[in-house]
Amino acid sequence: MRKIVISLLIMLVLLSAVIVHSAQLIKVDGSSTVYPITEAVAEEFQKSEKGSTRITVGISGTGGGFKKFCNGETDVSNASRPIKPTEVELCKKNGVEYIELPVAYDGLAVIINPKNSWVDYMTVKELKKLWEPEAQGKIKKWNQIRSNWPNKEIHLFGAGVDSGTYDYFTEAVVGKEHSSRGDFTSSEDDNVLVQGISSDNFALGFFGMAYYEHNKDKLKIVPVDDENDANGKGPIIPEYENVVKGIYQPLSRPLFIYVSKKSADKQEVKRFIDFYMKGAAELSKEVGYISLPNTAYELVLKRFENRKVGSIFGGHGSQVGVKIEELLKKE
Amino acid sequence: MDTKLRNRLYDKSFYIVGLFATLFGLIVLLTLLIDITIDGFSRLGWQFLTSYPSRKPEAAGVLSAWVGTVWVAAMTVVVAFPLGVSAATYLEEYSKKNWLREFIEINISNLSAVPSIIYGLLGLQLFVRGLNMDRSVIAGAMTLAILVLPLIIISTREAIRAIPTTIREASYALGATKWQTIRNQILPAAMPTILTGTILAISRAIGEASPLITIGALTYVAFLPTSPISLEFPYISLKGLFDPFSVLPIQIFNWVSRPQKGFWIDAAAGIMVLLIIVFFMNGIATYLRYRYEKRMRW
Repeated sequence: MRKIVISLLIMLVLLSAVIVHSAQLIKVDGSSTVYPITEAVAEEFQKSEKGSTRITVGISGTGGGFKKFCNGETDVSNASRPIKPTEVELCKKNGVEYIELPVAYDGLAVIINPKNSWVDYMTVKELKKLWEPEAQGKIKKWNQIRSNWPNKEIHLFGAGVDSGTYDYFTEAVVGKEHSSRGDFTSSEDDNVLVQGISSDNFALGFFGMAYYEHNKDKLKIVPVDDENDANGKGPIIPEYENVVKGIYQPLSRPLFIYVSKKSADKQEVKRFIDFYMKGAAELSKEVGYISLPNTAYELVLKRFENRKVGSIFGGHGSQVGVKIEELLKKE
Repeated sequence: MDTKLRNRLYDKSFYIVGLFATLFGLIVLLTLLIDITIDGFSRLGWQFLTSYPSRKPEAAGVLSAWVGTVWVAAMTVVVAFPLGVSAATYLEEYSKKNWLREFIEINISNLSAVPSIIYGLLGLQLFVRGLNMDRSVIAGAMTLAILVLPLIIISTREAIRAIPTTIREASYALGATKWQTIRNQILPAAMPTILTGTILAISRAIGEASPLITIGALTYVAFLPTSPISLEFPYISLKGLFDPFSVLPIQIFNWVSRPQKGFWIDAAAGIMVLLIIVFFMNGIATYLRYRYEKRMRW
């Protein structure tokens, strides 16, 4: 017995080699898509505060993050889509008021195998035909989408149904959030999707463009045409320029952080958000996302300083084809 | 073919099947080790062990994760070991053979087969929310303690059962009470096996990611829990128990799911650190068993 106590004590002594003074704590949780941006900001912020403010960032998904946030368990929630009615309700019930702050854009890429020589572009209508719930068990072959494509089976890959990515894609393509066919390979881990599509000649899938950028040699991107010339003529690929200009529609989406109004009164949270909005342009680019225009960050910061509570989207969840700057200016 | 020849043949073929089964596990482990070492060796070093996570793969490290793992593992032992050994001693030495004991026994064996994520849900409701421990080291340790408790109870009971009855009778014959017998004869004799069981159970616990993700252990933590020993009065502090933490499996899980290949190398190096900790703990188990066995003289 004594041996165990002694060995435990030794362990604790080893741990005490680094002595940390207690500090203020900012708790962040939520979307895994927004995580890299918040991680980057938190890293730089803690450096600038010389360790006097601690930040923790968790990954429980947009939905899971909102659950904790609306329970008052976190200060800031990462979200890859606007807050939904059920979540609005939960926040209201617990008296949690929130300030919605857009931080960057992300482009959802439609991806095929590099050996796929027949797909040159796809229209949103074709994507809808392929992904809508009615397609389940019916649309199984490439030539059912366009008749000159081969009579071969099509294998679908997509983001997990609990993710904000899935919610946004279904809203943008099918027209109804969280509604699609169920017979596709889904994974919360985008690298699994990359692996699947790169080893299957007849695959088609979708995920955030950062995963395409880092696997360009193994994947092929599909230009998407929304057949609306106001958003750029013809098929468009999710390149930096196209997303910034807002012509990669409907598959560009804004990413957000939500700050609890109560936490916003704390000095350290104020400093963190200020730092976030000033650094987000550069840091979001660095981790593979598309920054908002500089003027937009100023408007977002003003929104925070004015403690503007509620969602610009009226609490209805994902909306397609939004330009953050215009929405903010309208307010 | 006559019976004798056939039996010989069976004998030989079972030998080959058995050998293959043994080698299979070894080869899988070896392949994994070699693969991980090739990927991660270049990252493993002082910088990796003493850095916090970062957005830059080449600057990232596992400091908060490995310290969190050691904290949680240590606290899990502190909670689970006394509980498990006491429960097993009660069941083996004190409890009467009746329906209640049978009921408890069935429940304990069933509990050891429950998927670990269920323990995470229990921990979330009971410790994080119910007892308001928040996402702290102690909440994580309590959750893992419940996870390993059935394993510790089962191995302790087996250890106690393996003590010959003659030892007990000899002790009683000398006038020892039940407690004296347990304290001076049974537990010391059973200790090597109990320790082995405990450390194997803890080794399993520190590889668990799912229950800790469920209770909300965090991915990005760039600080350490408050040190238990400080230079200022009163020198010992339990504040660290209530600090947020991260552990190696969660950090590895996060890195594997990132798009940048640099993080995959970090993940491989993180797996090596986790394996080293597990090997180290198994080493302690072997050493302690050896020490206790040597001391045992009847």
